[in-house]
Amino acid sequence: MFIHLTEEQELIRKTVREFAEKEIAPVSEKLWEEQQFPYEIWAKAGELGLIGLPYPEKYNGGGGDWLSFVIVLEELARIDCAVANALMANSSAASLINHYGTEEQKEKYLKPILTGEKIGAIGLTEPNAGSDAAAIQTSAVLDGSEWVINGSKIFISNSDNEITGPVVIAAVTGTKENGRSEISNFIIPNGIEGFSYGRKLNKIGWRASSTGELFFDQVRVPQENLLGQRGAGLRQTLSTISTGRILIAAMGLGILQGSLDRSMAYMEERKAFGKPLTDLQALRFKVSDMATHTHAARLMIYHAASLRDAGKPFDKESSMAKLFATEKAMEAAHQAIQIHGGFGIMSEYAVSRAFGDAKVLEIVEGTSEIQREIISRLLFQ
Amino acid sequence: MYSNVLVLAEVKHGHVRNVTFETIAAARTISADGQITAALFGTDMNGYAEELIYHGADRVVLVPDAALNQYTTDGYRQALLQLIDERQPDAVLLGHTAQGRDLSPRIAARLNSGLISDVIEVKMSEGKPEFIRPIYSGKAFSRKRAKDGDGPLVVTVRPNNIPVLARDVSRQVDVQEIPVEIKDLRTVVREVIQKTSEGVDLSEARVIVAGGRGVKSADGFKPLQELADVLGGAVGASRGACDAGYCDYSLQIGQTGKVVTPDLYIACGISGAIQHLAGMSNSKVIVAINKDPEAEIFKVADYGIVGDLFEVVPLLIDEIKQMVH
Amino acid sequence: MKRTFDTEEKIIVENNRISKDGVEWVINPYDEYAIEEGIKLREEFGGEVTVACIGPSEAEKELRTALAMGADKAILVEVDEDELQGDEHTTAQLLASLLKDRPFDIILAGNVSVDNGAGQVAPRVAELLDIPQVTTITHLTVDADQNKATVERDVEGDVEIVEISLPALFTAQQGLNEPRYPSLPGIMKAKKKPLESIQLGDLKLEQQDLAAKTEVVEVFLPPEKKAGRILEGELEDQVKELAHLLHSEAKVI
Ligand SMILES: Cc1cc2nc3c(=O)[nH]c(=O)nc-3n(C[C@H](O)[C@H](O)[C@H](O)COP(=O)(O)OP(=O)(O)OC[C@H]3O[C@@H](n4cnc5c(N)ncnc54)[C@H](O)[C@@H]3O)c2cc1C
Ligand SMILES: Cc1cc2nc3c(=O)[nH]c(=O)nc-3n(C[C@H](O)[C@H](O)[C@H](O)COP(=O)(O)OP(=O)(O)OC[C@H]3O[C@@H](n4cnc5c(N)ncnc54)[C@H](O)[C@@H]3O)c2cc1C
Repeated sequence: MFIHLTEEQELIRKTVREFAEKEIAPVSEKLWEEQQFPYEIWAKAGELGLIGLPYPEKYNGGGGDWLSFVIVLEELARIDCAVANALMANSSAASLINHYGTEEQKEKYLKPILTGEKIGAIGLTEPNAGSDAAAIQTSAVLDGSEWVINGSKIFISNSDNEITGPVVIAAVTGTKENGRSEISNFIIPNGIEGFSYGRKLNKIGWRASSTGELFFDQVRVPQENLLGQRGAGLRQTLSTISTGRILIAAMGLGILQGSLDRSMAYMEERKAFGKPLTDLQALRFKVSDMATHTHAARLMIYHAASLRDAGKPFDKESSMAKLFATEKAMEAAHQAIQIHGGFGIMSEYAVSRAFGDAKVLEIVEGTSEIQREIISRLLFQ
Repeated sequence: MYSNVLVLAEVKHGHVRNVTFETIAAARTISADGQITAALFGTDMNGYAEELIYHGADRVVLVPDAALNQYTTDGYRQALLQLIDERQPDAVLLGHTAQGRDLSPRIAARLNSGLISDVIEVKMSEGKPEFIRPIYSGKAFSRKRAKDGDGPLVVTVRPNNIPVLARDVSRQVDVQEIPVEIKDLRTVVREVIQKTSEGVDLSEARVIVAGGRGVKSADGFKPLQELADVLGGAVGASRGACDAGYCDYSLQIGQTGKVVTPDLYIACGISGAIQHLAGMSNSKVIVAINKDPEAEIFKVADYGIVGDLFEVVPLLIDEIKQMVH
Repeated sequence: MKRTFDTEEKIIVENNRISKDGVEWVINPYDEYAIEEGIKLREEFGGEVTVACIGPSEAEKELRTALAMGADKAILVEVDEDELQGDEHTTAQLLASLLKDRPFDIILAGNVSVDNGAGQVAPRVAELLDIPQVTTITHLTVDADQNKATVERDVEGDVEIVEISLPALFTAQQGLNEPRYPSLPGIMKAKKKPLESIQLGDLKLEQQDLAAKTEVVEVFLPPEKKAGRILEGELEDQVKELAHLLHSEAKVI
């Protein structure tokens, strides 16, 4: 196993890094402060082809590989993890539609979310069902040629914003023979009758990401808005979630690299007791750890993405990468603030903003505990 | 050592540009007792000949052709090539100005000559002329020499670096006219829009008062302009200030703007990014006014005041006005 | 197009030359404006944009970047700079001999490179090809029917409006445009675009045509500046002291 980036992948990194530093960094604090979704950046990211990179050209995608997309998310998250999440959550919706959608569904719902015109969201989590996704209660009942949906969703990234396009939600469509819920996925266009949002959720992380609370009250969608087969909802979600985990891991890697870069720069310029901080072993060792974790995370993530690109199994590797990268990102974000002292607490400093973002990464797309469950299950299989 | 040096003089706003005198001084260093001929292009230029002689030229040639009243590459190229053919100089020196930069490479290419451009110092070493020029935007320097070329060596001299020779009004004035033939100009200058303030040109200014993002608005530049005026200088800016729309890009100093070397550079509200330093760090004296004591600009400054520029600049204006009186 | 050090790079002199170890390379920023302008012209008028570079094989990377931005073709004249021992005359000869037999309407270049800073190569090439030029342009309007162009040119801060017949050469000044980022699909397509590599021997040039006309005797760093002085005391007193120092110590006012 040898991971070697191609010339294009290097150029993609350089381009996205420049984009992030020039276009995102200057507004990052403001976005955080105002908990504002970055509409302009989203549009520019669309123009640059960042959003749809790994999706087919036929649907406005870039026809690229997943390792390249990992690099995109890594570089965006190095500057602003919340902005990176716009691409990540959009990709979750895109993956489902791309894999299981009909030609018409792709034309109508996939195309606009790969260019930056609209943004896609995926709604699985409910107030009473997070890690235990099978426990969802939102229901869909067939009434003639229409599905009637009732229930609610919570913490749904990219929903509740001006350009939210399709929201792919999971809903219970019946009970299986074994007594469990039959779950199916539906494409719900934003803003249709009966579909409303709760009040704005205030967050300590991913503040520039729009995280909505969704309510469905007798929402009617035509039969053709069912995604793939009835009853295949959880299977569909599980089949795309390993890819999502690699992307969340990539965002953790971005935080790791960002924390490392900022800590080193600060240690070189800040003086204490007449000497630069670089003279202090206690701090030097912190960056040694950060650098080591960054390197290890990168190898794990790039490897998982390479397996994905090669069409090989990668569930275990992606869970491991997600677990390791996000936990080490949290640690690095924490130590980066420590290195910055009091300044690190100020929201003006990127290290302070990365702290809350890192925490989110340990929770979404399967918490750390869930990843450990999955890994151990795969080990003892 | 060169025995016959031709200098192309430049006149702007009714004066011989200082860089021309500096170029003559450079010519003197590399020619010792050789002949220095200064050329004036365009009609009605006789009046400027004297000053050229007083500043060290041995002879002035006038090329009084109306086609040369406005600089065009083609026109000046033809005139200068004919003059070179006529005078057979072994070195041709120009100012490293908009005109010199545009013209000199064409002349050198046509004559199959070497061109050493943007020279800031000229000296003789073991009987050979050597030229020092900045590279990497002044982050380093290179000392260059001519190799044997087929034509005369061409050199351009950066404004504000080489001391002018003492003005000597006892020198014999020797003026001559040389006609040239100019035809088939492939460019036409339709209009010249003055954007810089009359008189003080950024690249030749002795004093520059530069503002950065810290100036906060276009209006914020007013006190800087006033300070520049009392010091007889010009106003410059960082890219930060230009990007923010406080001033025109033509004022930008730095790696991708103008490179300046005034006697006095006063940086107000400029943080001192490396790209900015590249354009001004070779100024003789640098003053920094910034409210952030950690600002990089203080590392290159000779004198620094930590404070609000909107307080410091007006005080400084008053102080200097008083000194002048 | 030339590849140059990233503008952030620190300069280190080793054995009388600038060390290139571990340096980040970029497209010379002024050349980036030229490339962008070329692409914009193609978008307006059709045709083709070719990016040419004289440089080491590593410069392929910067050429790919130009292709990713949207140029159609690239040509690299591969040279070993140590072996060549050239100067601006050499580079201009190589470029002119490369361009001589290729059709073109417009040649765009940067007005200066941020490393050597000589600003010679483009006008030299125009002379060798016997075409007119306008340097340091900030705006370009092409009239394809009349086969001419109107440009705005930066002349030490003033603006000259110049009309020129085509074919012609232009050198780009900052302000000409805002170079685009290469788009990701652009990056991926760049791999499939033609990049022609030409060896020195392929150009019909004699050694004597290439021999440098000037030589570098020494490369050195500026003298370390002695630490400056941060003035202290009441602001009014600081200003008084400053004015006094500028007058009597530094003697600049
Ligand atoms: C900012 C943000 C954005 C989000 N975006 C989306 C989105 O776009 N779409 C979407 O569907 N969801 C989204 N979520 C929801 C997210 O996926 C869930 O929060 C996550 O899956 C955890 O579920 P929960 O919050 O219900 O926690 P719970 O499942 O209630 O977990 C509580 C605790 O119990 C632990 N735990 C639970 N089960 C086990 C177990 N079996 N073994 C060991 N420990 C266990 C957990 O690890 C955790 O520590 C988002 C959440 C946030 C915070
Ligand atoms: C390829 C490239 C080329 C570049 N080329 C150039 C170039 O040619 N020239 C150039 O300048 N830059 C250039 N830059 C940009 C450069 O990196 C910096 O961004 C720019 O110089 C910053 O401008 P600034 O110092 O005005 O702004 P800032 O860095 O924002 O600094 C503003 C300063 O003002 C101070 N300040 C604020 N208010 C006050 C007050 N009331 N009183 C006193 N001080 C105050 C602050 O403390 C701060 O130090 C280039 C960048 C790149 C990437």
